[in-house]
Amino acid sequence: MSNISFNKFYRKFNILSLILIVISLVFLIFKGLNYGVDFKGGTLIELRTTDKTNNISLIRDSFNQMNLGDVSVKKFGNETDFIVKFEKQNSNDPEFIKNIQNKLSSSIGDVDFRRVENVGPKVSSELLKSGIIAIRFEWQFSLGAILAIFHDVIITLGIFSIFSLEINLSIVAAVLTIVGYSMNDTVVIFDRVRENLRKYSDIKIFDLTNISINETLSRTIITSVTTLLALFSIYLFGGEILKGFSLAMILGVVFGTYSSIYIANPILVALNVSQRTIVKEEKD
Amino acid sequence: MLYFSKLRIISVIVFTVIFSYFAISNFVKFDDKFFSKNINLGLDLQGGSYLLLEIDNRPVITQKLQAKIIELKRYFKEKQITLKNFSLKGDTISFETTDNEIENVINILNDKESDVNTYYPTYKSHEFDVLEDGNLFSLNYSRYGLVLLKNSSLDQAIEIVRRRVDEVGTNEPNILKRGNDRILVELPGLDDPNRIKSLLGKTANLTFQFISQNNEESFGTEKLSFEDGSRDAIVSKRIILSGDNLVDAKPTMNSQTNETVVSFSLDRVGAKKFGKATSTGVGKQLAIVLDGKIISAPSVREPIIGGSGQISGDFTFQSATDLALLLRSGALPAPLNIIEERTVGPDLGQDSIDAGILSLFIGFLLVILFMIYKYRAFGLIANLALISNLFLLIGILTLFEATLTLPGIAGIILTVGMAVDANVLIFERIKEETKNEKNPIIAFDAGYTKSRTTILDANITTLIAAFILFFMGSGPVKGFSVTLGVGILTTLFSVYFIARLLTSLYVVKNKDKEQLLK
Repeated sequence: MSNISFNKFYRKFNILSLILIVISLVFLIFKGLNYGVDFKGGTLIELRTTDKTNNISLIRDSFNQMNLGDVSVKKFGNETDFIVKFEKQNSNDPEFIKNIQNKLSSSIGDVDFRRVENVGPKVSSELLKSGIIAIRFEWQFSLGAILAIFHDVIITLGIFSIFSLEINLSIVAAVLTIVGYSMNDTVVIFDRVRENLRKYSDIKIFDLTNISINETLSRTIITSVTTLLALFSIYLFGGEILKGFSLAMILGVVFGTYSSIYIANPILVALNVSQRTIVKEEKD
Repeated sequence: MLYFSKLRIISVIVFTVIFSYFAISNFVKFDDKFFSKNINLGLDLQGGSYLLLEIDNRPVITQKLQAKIIELKRYFKEKQITLKNFSLKGDTISFETTDNEIENVINILNDKESDVNTYYPTYKSHEFDVLEDGNLFSLNYSRYGLVLLKNSSLDQAIEIVRRRVDEVGTNEPNILKRGNDRILVELPGLDDPNRIKSLLGKTANLTFQFISQNNEESFGTEKLSFEDGSRDAIVSKRIILSGDNLVDAKPTMNSQTNETVVSFSLDRVGAKKFGKATSTGVGKQLAIVLDGKIISAPSVREPIIGGSGQISGDFTFQSATDLALLLRSGALPAPLNIIEERTVGPDLGQDSIDAGILSLFIGFLLVILFMIYKYRAFGLIANLALISNLFLLIGILTLFEATLTLPGIAGIILTVGMAVDANVLIFERIKEETKNEKNPIIAFDAGYTKSRTTILDANITTLIAAFILFFMGSGPVKGFSVTLGVGILTTLFSVYFIARLLTSLYVVKNKDKEQLLK
């Protein structure tokens, strides 16, 4: 069994976490998130050109001439694949997409529209609402685990905000899975803390958390490693569509592992949990 | 914890084999019908279109209110009660009555047996809320009246949408109600949704009306423009015949003019009306109006009494086919707006499947190698459990013919990564126990027992997350939550039955060796 003094660094890492959370919140409040068409409404087209010489600016220029509002063009995996997003959406007009395709073909050569998403603003605001309600659901669990989860979710979203990565429906799924994973990790350590509280009445919670972290450490590392192996495999080989999802999950697993050690446990210390706490709990 | 009865061993094996069989049936064709089930691929994997339609009930409500006014007038006239100054402002019908009739009118409108204001005992509510102010009455749809109206118009609309989609002949369309004013249409394999969109975007209200002789707009006439936008015409408001009377419509070639036309036949009532109108109107122009636009306005040369006719216009064969289809399927009760559209081309879907399977394979391989490196023989056991876990998961998804989406594949890969967690927890616990307990059987037993609550706690939290995702999520997120949730259940099974069984066999056989788990 390892014997690392995690508890010596509680304070330092708590300060680091606080700084990260503040930075994330500042970005989330002032810069905000880059919502995809799922939430903002608008049109997304994934296209493949036949002409390899086409570049982003050429495609952007062609779209800009069509009066579609704010247009963003990004490379998507292959040389010839691009994602184009713009504000205007008109899913009622059957000719809308066809016209765009025709105009585009005449300016940059044959294009294949591989994916089209056209979401009205009304639907998107509803999706956002249901997303937030779901996160609120998890609040009933104990304070330590909840703060750890908040820590993970805020920092993950903060990173998405800093790098302007897109938030779509699958990112919401990823965030909720992070909630599950982080909780899972915290529960394993907490279970051990509770067991040790019962076993040793004379050890202070400050040291007891450290013993528990060390006892479960190899499990924590092995599980994080196998989960990360699977996630990196999705990130690298799972195709462009799953990139954002797997990135969010990777960040979530890293911060989830960290927070179950350095957020959840210091909170037990701060709340001065002792043997009495759990004995009382069990009587109830 | 390590003891297994023979019966238990057999049932674990049978269970695993059956589900593995289902899993394999996705890739290998079996003759047996029971086993030849398949996982459905979501639209993002097989390609196709997803349309979310919203019904615009405004016109229906206005129409119903206008009809209500006529009904009220007729009803009270029969009762010899004078009502006057009927008006319709917004969604409110208002009228006045004489002072000595107020009581009477209130009683009629609020009676539970009322003929003009239906009472719904299930909702304890009338169709209309009635307000009276002296001799001035106003009627509004009650909450339930409105809900019932919306539901019935949605049901009608779904029926029409289904007919239209079926007629186009896409394979296995999925048409579902969403809330009380939305319809979800999933069209697997459909690459170009334009035709369906234009078919669903039309209300297809067909009417025949005479074109007015004088060119001034006056009472009882309206100004309508031609479909091609070339000109306008003044048309009599009186509807001679509507699409309701049509029994069939199909595109044909007119042999004389060599034009594509839509020929239609009418039911008995329609044929009679049409015959009567055309015999009095010889020489007049008859406008054929679809959704407020004139398609064409041929002159009536002779009475049409056979109950069939032709609609000409500048049709191509395709547009004539579509018009015939719209007429056959009937008019929508209200216009539909397409508020969301997602289309994935079939080659992108295939690319996604390929990438998903590749990443599953690589992730799986990495996890397996890592476990063998870390735990040797027990790593192998954990891996066997992992493999059967994967088979079980895919097998269950197949058995229930669940829909697999791209995020669903991600859910499977994530399950692979997280599934070893339970075995890791157990193995680590056993290692701890081995320090104080020399007898490996007792140590292993204690390891399993003591880690059980933790494993249950940990998995239940993830299961809760999966549940929440399932109930809040739509489409792709739902697919992810299903695989994640089922994955947890199969993980627990594979850990507590398969891995434990193998562990116990291994430990009993090697109980005299030193330090089984290092």
